[in-house]
Amino acid sequence: MSVESQPVESLFPRLEALLPKVSKPIQYVGGELNSTVKDWDEATVRWALMYPDAYEVGLPNQGVQILYEILNEMPGTLAERTYAVWPDLEALMRAEGVPQFTVDAHRPVRAFDVLGLSFSTELGYTNMLTALDLAGIPLEAADRGDDDPIVLAGGHAAFNPEPIADFLDAAVLGDGEQIAIAITEVIREWKAEGSPGGRDELLMRLAESGGVYVPKFYDVDYHPDGRIRRVAPNRSGVPWRVHKHTVMDLDEWPYPKKPLVPLAETVHERFSVEIFRGCTRGCRFCQAGMITRPVRERSITTIGDMVEAGVKASGFNEVGLLSLSSADHSEIGDVAKGLADRYEGTNTSLSLPSTRVDAFNIDLANEFSRNGRRSGLTFAPEGGSERMRKVINKMVTEEDLIRTVTTAYTQGWRQVKLYFMCGLPTEEDADVLGIADLARKVIKAGREATGSRDIRCTVSIGGFVPKPHTPFQWAAQADHETVDRRLKALKDTLRGDKEYGRAIGMRYHDGKPSIVEGLLSRGDRRVGAVIRAVWQDGGRFDGWSEHFSFQRWMDAAAKAGVDVDWYTTREREENEVLPWDHLDAGLDREWLWQDWQDAINDVEVEDCRWTPCYDCGVCPSMGTEIQIGPTGRKLLPLTVV
Amino acid sequence: MQRLRVRYAKRGRLRFTSHRDISRAVERAVRRAEVPVAFSAGFSPHPKISYVGAAAPTGVASEAEYLEISVTRQCDPGRLKAALDGSLPPGLDVLDVVEAGSGSLADRLECSAWELRLPGADLALAAVAVERFNAAERIEVERLTKKGMRRFDAREAVLSLTTAEGSGTTAGQAISQSCVILRMVVRHATPAVRPDDVLTGLRLVADFAPPSPPEVTRLAQGPLDVRIGGPVDPFDLDRDTSRGGETGPAGGHVDGDL
Repeated sequence: MSVESQPVESLFPRLEALLPKVSKPIQYVGGELNSTVKDWDEATVRWALMYPDAYEVGLPNQGVQILYEILNEMPGTLAERTYAVWPDLEALMRAEGVPQFTVDAHRPVRAFDVLGLSFSTELGYTNMLTALDLAGIPLEAADRGDDDPIVLAGGHAAFNPEPIADFLDAAVLGDGEQIAIAITEVIREWKAEGSPGGRDELLMRLAESGGVYVPKFYDVDYHPDGRIRRVAPNRSGVPWRVHKHTVMDLDEWPYPKKPLVPLAETVHERFSVEIFRGCTRGCRFCQAGMITRPVRERSITTIGDMVEAGVKASGFNEVGLLSLSSADHSEIGDVAKGLADRYEGTNTSLSLPSTRVDAFNIDLANEFSRNGRRSGLTFAPEGGSERMRKVINKMVTEEDLIRTVTTAYTQGWRQVKLYFMCGLPTEEDADVLGIADLARKVIKAGREATGSRDIRCTVSIGGFVPKPHTPFQWAAQADHETVDRRLKALKDTLRGDKEYGRAIGMRYHDGKPSIVEGLLSRGDRRVGAVIRAVWQDGGRFDGWSEHFSFQRWMDAAAKAGVDVDWYTTREREENEVLPWDHLDAGLDREWLWQDWQDAINDVEVEDCRWTPCYDCGVCPSMGTEIQIGPTGRKLLPLTVV
Repeated sequence: MQRLRVRYAKRGRLRFTSHRDISRAVERAVRRAEVPVAFSAGFSPHPKISYVGAAAPTGVASEAEYLEISVTRQCDPGRLKAALDGSLPPGLDVLDVVEAGSGSLADRLECSAWELRLPGADLALAAVAVERFNAAERIEVERLTKKGMRRFDAREAVLSLTTAEGSGTTAGQAISQSCVILRMVVRHATPAVRPDDVLTGLRLVADFAPPSPPEVTRLAQGPLDVRIGGPVDPFDLDRDTSRGGETGPAGGHVDGDL
């Protein structure tokens, strides 16, 4: 937190001297189109927003861009961005004493009031420690003083922040738009009063509302066998449970309005518009679908306005319509046709990530590729056998899948990619080998329908990791030996197939990183020591296979006395207190347990958008409701520019 | 279809852009400025923008980079310059635009003039090194290229190399400090002899090494004028031919927007 008497100067001159010696220096210089630099002294509340991964991954992140814009629109408030620096620059910064900086005005991160970190994945935890250390902020919250920023976590991983509880001052669950503003006002008021009671009182003010989780105000007791006995507030005024935040009207929050356009190359070179939030398909493995309920659609006209303004402001030639299952928007057909009409002949392409397996999506894909580009289509059946798909509640029959894919081939798509998971609960070898059967049938049907051998299918397989706040939160994660063995058997089967094998590609990762992800996902406060030890041993960028070291994590766990199997491959009992039980995503625990039992018994559950409510608990406990169209409105072509 | 030739600069912190970064930034600026750029046909249409000559390396500033852009409607060069410059980030600055005349622009870019600022370097040592460099006939240097380690002569392509004293604030120094300025004219050849190859040469002939990374700027590139011993403006020929009317309308039909 800023000591007001000291001027905050740009670190750029000192950084600039280091840049000729590092790779891709442009990522550190800022100056992106639509970025904002505000006067330091005119702001009373200052946020440093961090996406704890490399710039190329962090810059396109929607959450950070949305908060950056909203906070900078507030008078008396400024927000700047900071990203993880690569090890080459980290070493130079340490040698020259250059602290962690923001890319906007190159101000030192420690001078800000809040360091807000967005965790999409747990694999950014070690990068957070690097940033704190480079910033000169004590790693452990307990060691911080009034001059240090409030270190605040958000994003999906913050729904179980316990493994990083020691490093955080606070965490926020759910949609960030409104709570970021509310936190800003609490800080502003507290500072205007002369910062009474230091950071402890500020944290208390934030915690009282029940909307901000302050780990140090909660004590965790353990049973002798290691299970958690109780998590309880350790001072009065702190609520027993902290609830998630839900923005109910996405049309009122049409952000980002002015997308950041980087000079450096990033992983998503497009303008993205979230067309709805939440998903009630009920896939049991999917944490995002569980914690972002209910479904809230953005209206077709707001989508159209956002795309038009965003493309104009950015110059991007691709528009992504984001959500957890984009084809489920109640007016997606009109959205697709309306946008395709508007941008016909302008070389602007449209993309629709995250689509389900059904024929309607091929029509959509055809609409989106009107300008002639039909490269590949992706579907996600997730489970290789019909039984497996019932367990995970991914309601796709083999018949549906083959019909859909065959339609795609006959309409000119040459390449289809299918996503699966390995290591799912109750999975057996046969379920994984079912992926090979499915792929063979897809190619066979495609060849018959098109009369051509020029079609391909790629199966892409990820390791399943049980996540908090899902029906699988009690499940045993498959050990990496089992996952690797099944993947090898699948690979051998495909390779040995003379008739179809050459038309089928297979992409996968080995099972070890999933074990570390599993440890961090369902870990408790005792896992913090492992994260710290890994970081001290040089662990950085754990989401990058070239930087990730499984052995480093296992060694650190052994040293810290943490039994990795106990956290990952152990099935939990119904009554065990889970580390995140005091954090409220709105889901009724009894419903989650019932859904877990249904999963084991191959019982499916329908989507509550179109069938009666099955009492997952979110709407009544959060005071929310499903918001879907159709609105009946249409997009008109733009007037000629 | 009309073709326009653009001279642009990369300056300040934008010198850290790579050639690929610049090409993405230009494509987006062209879209924002609503320049009626032509697209290639085929499976994956891309805008017809081509970069002429060897790009200044990442980290090197330049006052003279060149590209050609094809448009589907007649554009006024002056308006295109203003529109494109307004859409590019500050630091990528459009300096000049002409309608393409006959002849290849690439063929005209025969040599480059470079300036290297060496903060904290010793002027006397630099002068000795330059003298030895100029006196040598061949100086073999090695550089890692995309094709692996290559060994080549860094002397012959250097048409002139001089030293001067300079001052001013430089990267990493809050206070101004004296620096040595090297100026050179280098003929374009294969493999290209770059300013860092010349620095390598200075180290080889006189053990001269600047204490901190040099700040390098390409000042100009163009046809070699032997009378002045350096490049002249490559657009002179375009201006001549358009005056002569060879490629058509100077001030003829011009689209309303650009």
